Amino acid sequence: MSGQPFLIGSGAGFSGDRVDAAIPVIAAIAAEGRGGAIIFETLGERTLALGQVARQADPSKGYEPLLEQFLAPILAPALKAGITIVGNFGAANPQAAAKAVAKLAQAHGLAPRIAVVTGDDMLGDPAFEESELWEGDAGLPTPVAAPLAVNVYLGARSIAEAIHAGAQVVVTGRVADPALALGPLVAHFGWDWDDLDRIAAGTLIGHLLECGSQVSGGYFADPGVKDVPDMARIGFPIAEVMADGAAVLMKPPATGGRIDIATVTEQLLYEIHDPAAYLTPDVTLDVTGVRLEQLAPNRVRVTGARGRPAPPRLKATVSYPGEWLGEAGISYAGPNALARAELAVCTIRERLAIRGLKPRLRADILGAVSVFDDDSASLRQGGAASGSGDYRAHFAFGGDEATVRAACQEVGALYCCGPAGGGGVRIQVTPRIVTRSRMIAREKVHAHFAILEEALA
Amino acid sequence: MTTVPLHRLAHARTGDKGNRLNVSLIAHDRENWDLLVREVTEARVLALFAHRGASAVRRYLMPSLGAMNFVVEDALEGGVNTALCLDAHGKTLSFLLLSMDVAVDSNPLATAL
Repeated sequence: MSGQPFLIGSGAGFSGDRVDAAIPVIAAIAAEGRGGAIIFETLGERTLALGQVARQADPSKGYEPLLEQFLAPILAPALKAGITIVGNFGAANPQAAAKAVAKLAQAHGLAPRIAVVTGDDMLGDPAFEESELWEGDAGLPTPVAAPLAVNVYLGARSIAEAIHAGAQVVVTGRVADPALALGPLVAHFGWDWDDLDRIAAGTLIGHLLECGSQVSGGYFADPGVKDVPDMARIGFPIAEVMADGAAVLMKPPATGGRIDIATVTEQLLYEIHDPAAYLTPDVTLDVTGVRLEQLAPNRVRVTGARGRPAPPRLKATVSYPGEWLGEAGISYAGPNALARAELAVCTIRERLAIRGLKPRLRADILGAVSVFDDDSASLRQGGAASGSGDYRAHFAFGGDEATVRAACQEVGALYCCGPAGGGGVRIQVTPRIVTRSRMIAREKVHAHFAILEEALA
Repeated sequence: MTTVPLHRLAHARTGDKGNRLNVSLIAHDRENWDLLVREVTEARVLALFAHRGASAVRRYLMPSLGAMNFVVEDALEGGVNTALCLDAHGKTLSFLLLSMDVAVDSNPLATAL
């Protein structure tokens, strides 16, 4: 426990993030010689679902597929510099992820204390029966199949306790994203969990860091409007946090990207819904009084988070077996290309009818309007496209595997049987997991941590 | 009175939670804050997303940051694990909001860009 400022950086903001981004972050924190922490947030609703699929296929999998690539370049320098590594890269299988970290460390001749946070996996727990559907999903049908997985969002307490117990690496499954940063901050400063403005400040810092470069120039560039220098080398963010919870956001020297009021404001509002009540397991965060001050280039001071008591119920992601998704595309270019692409779409609709195939179907024509459109192409049918150019008919089919494969095969058959000049068919068929969110009374949730020592013996 | 795309006046970022879409809108210049509040209403945003099945829009204002947050219900066609759209997250939809035409007076700041 200390009153000294604490450095905490981000190494990844999503599953699939740049695998070398953490290297300059570790170097910059290590150069200060005061230790610190780095967080890896790699677990979205969709990536957790994918982890469940992977674990079903192989019980030793189901954690972040890039885990070894994320940690290999930084594990040794981070441990040497006293930088605690915290990540939800355990995904659907934190125990297996911790073992993978131990193995990686062994290969470097290291044996760090690795903690595994569990309690998020509530599949089969009777408390699930008493849970209520999250109001945001009220408009969706509840899947009839039994759940494959139930993962509740845990708070930061077990992470802080694990660090108190000497953990140098903390592996979690589903925790609230900001908790990855709040845990090390509470462990360092000894903030009381009832000191809600401090817990709120730590949660805000976690929220700003947890998407990695999204606060430092990633996902921001709009040429001529919002330019970002050296996007191929964007520096991931580091926060220098004071004992009162005030923080300065910065990035490693000699990296690209930018940190200013605009980039921080975009990330501040990202996915928070009501700015006066961002619900987390640790606190209800109010950001309406947040102040952002540009202290120097790429240095923004963040203050003014306010906290109210955490909500009585915690959110859980429930994964069910979903449909199969088949995607198939074919290109048409040059004179009358749009009309030929439209003809391809009409032909596929008729072929599905002739063969008695009834998948859910969406057909976009890329080059016209697609991602803003709805499943019935109402914008495109309304005349939002012109007649020539380079278009790709893109089909998405949802349904059982056989139906989806058969529908995709029909797109392939457009080569010879479809409109003139079609080319470049690509087909991909994948199973899906569908998720719903439910709310579980927090007293039914039991988070805990364990140090992975036995696995090393 | 003339109209400009919202893209001239503000920037935006989209996020998703299940079937719920979150779009922030941030003024490039605080001078245009009142104009944005007047023009980019819950009703207009709902109309913009109506073809995708949006059922309700809630707008949260953060005047101290020149920013507002729109929470759009049921706009993601079932969400990332269900939608057939190429962009099942709805990540691109921030620029659908920025394509909205807004009426500006002869405010030079509004038309300078």
